[in-house]
Amino acid sequence: MTTPAILVEDVTVHYGEVLALDSASLSLDAARICGLIGMNGSGKSTLFKVIMGMVRPDAGRVLIGGQSPSKARKEGGVGYVPQSEDVDWQFPLSVRDLVMMGRYGHQGFTRRPSKADRAAVDEALDRVELGEYASRQIGQLSGGQKKRAFVARGIAQGATMMLLDEPFAGVDKRSEATISRLLRELASDGCTILISTHDLHAMPALCDEAVLLMRRVLMHGAPEQVLQPENLAMAFGLDVLNRPLPGEGSPGSGHAGGHKHHAARAETAPADAARAETARARNGG
Amino acid sequence: MDLLDLLLEPLSYDFMVRAIVTTALAAVVCAVLSCWLVLIGWSLMGDAVSHAVLPGVVLAYIVGAPFALGALVFALIAVTLIGVVRNTSRVKEDAAIGIVFTSLFALGLVLISVTPSQTDLNHIIFGNLLGVSVPDLIQVLVLGVVAFAILILKRRDLTLYAFDPTHAHAIGLSPKRLGALLLGLLALTSVVALQTVGVVLVVAMLIIPGATAYLLTDRFSRMLVIAPVISGVCSIAGIYVSYYLDTASGAMVVLTQGVVFAAVYLFSPRQGLIGTRLAKARRRKAAALAV
Repeated sequence: MTTPAILVEDVTVHYGEVLALDSASLSLDAARICGLIGMNGSGKSTLFKVIMGMVRPDAGRVLIGGQSPSKARKEGGVGYVPQSEDVDWQFPLSVRDLVMMGRYGHQGFTRRPSKADRAAVDEALDRVELGEYASRQIGQLSGGQKKRAFVARGIAQGATMMLLDEPFAGVDKRSEATISRLLRELASDGCTILISTHDLHAMPALCDEAVLLMRRVLMHGAPEQVLQPENLAMAFGLDVLNRPLPGEGSPGSGHAGGHKHHAARAETAPADAARAETARARNGG
Repeated sequence: MDLLDLLLEPLSYDFMVRAIVTTALAAVVCAVLSCWLVLIGWSLMGDAVSHAVLPGVVLAYIVGAPFALGALVFALIAVTLIGVVRNTSRVKEDAAIGIVFTSLFALGLVLISVTPSQTDLNHIIFGNLLGVSVPDLIQVLVLGVVAFAILILKRRDLTLYAFDPTHAHAIGLSPKRLGALLLGLLALTSVVALQTVGVVLVVAMLIIPGATAYLLTDRFSRMLVIAPVISGVCSIAGIYVSYYLDTASGAMVVLTQGVVFAAVYLFSPRQGLIGTRLAKARRRKAAALAV
């Protein structure tokens, strides 16, 4: 048996009193694209943070390619594409500067770019078809181009595993197709890709497998199977694709009972979600 | 009297030469650091640390230790206290910063009031540009060069930290350590600037140049050139103006920087309030002529 590219074993994370991940387990083989779905507060970002080693789990362990996350990070294997709202798009940085940041792990004390670094950056830019935009300030790209610029950073880095947080938010259909194609190419080159997304429509075409998360992994399988209405109802409390819900008392009711339990806990969402909520409220008032 | 005489006359006084060298140096180092502070959103932190070092400097004076050491210790104490108050109570960060730095600043004032030889220490609060001694100059020179060198050598890491600490973490760097480095440099730079404009106005030199440069360019590497150049020129211009108008020198330096910021804010071709409109009008005119 081969070593899984990402292995999450019985990981539990608390933020203070709030339970963000409850003994979550996930094993992902190399060169696969996996879509991670779950409602806000289901622990998607926490799972990302645990895999990246930014949050230390209270219990359980994470292995990346059979190694500890910190070793994997040092070797440059972990690429990350942030959510658009987490990026300061006004930052005085060109697309080329951004992609060059992928090379920092390979560079010396002052991160002075070598010829090889420049070549890697050019290659990554061509790969995502942003060569002609290389000297633009990052905020002057379209939504889809912005995502591709960050993917290029991961490519220049030589990441063997890429985590993408909501890559399709604020991206039009055409760019979505371009990004999907790009990710498929990367996967066929051996890169393991984990995508957290609300865009369930794009999923079957893009992902090899899907994971349904609600503090723990409720389901892990083929996208078509995971996206069945009764399964989505289990994680979201409703079918997000607007298909008729299975009635109460149907074979899915066992799950439905489970979902009520989880939904009730979702009201006391993890700390960061709650804080974002108060920030929104403050801006509104 | 022609222009050359106007420029040379102040230089015939040694104290003016020392004032100009010290100020220009402090202005340049502060300006380089300010580029990161304004982008991370640490302006308030700059304000806090530059005030909070006061008791450290006074204590260092009392025991005869280097000012920089006392300043570093108290910068660290300030940052730790801010973190503790923010994380362990319902008080939000801005309030935590406000409470900690004003309290430490007040502690510094109290220490000054009970320490003999008050004149010397009052200069720390408002700066004493014209009274810079040779040892002062050497201290500023050494600290300034050290801070400048570290900032420039580590500029790419610091920029990465400012832009995307998550990526820094993902490639095996420590965002925590980079943040601490930047805070340490902030404390060091505060000491450099204390001498010239004083605790109260240091924060101006730590924010205005970076903010001005940010309105002028879309490239961080250019900000790192524009900010120190503007800041250096402003500081020297400010000293000359204060010499001929007989005004407070440190304050004049900051005022000059403020005026230049206002001009850039209004007339910057990229971001300026009036500049962008003028550019638009010119384009319209050109288009009309082309028809």
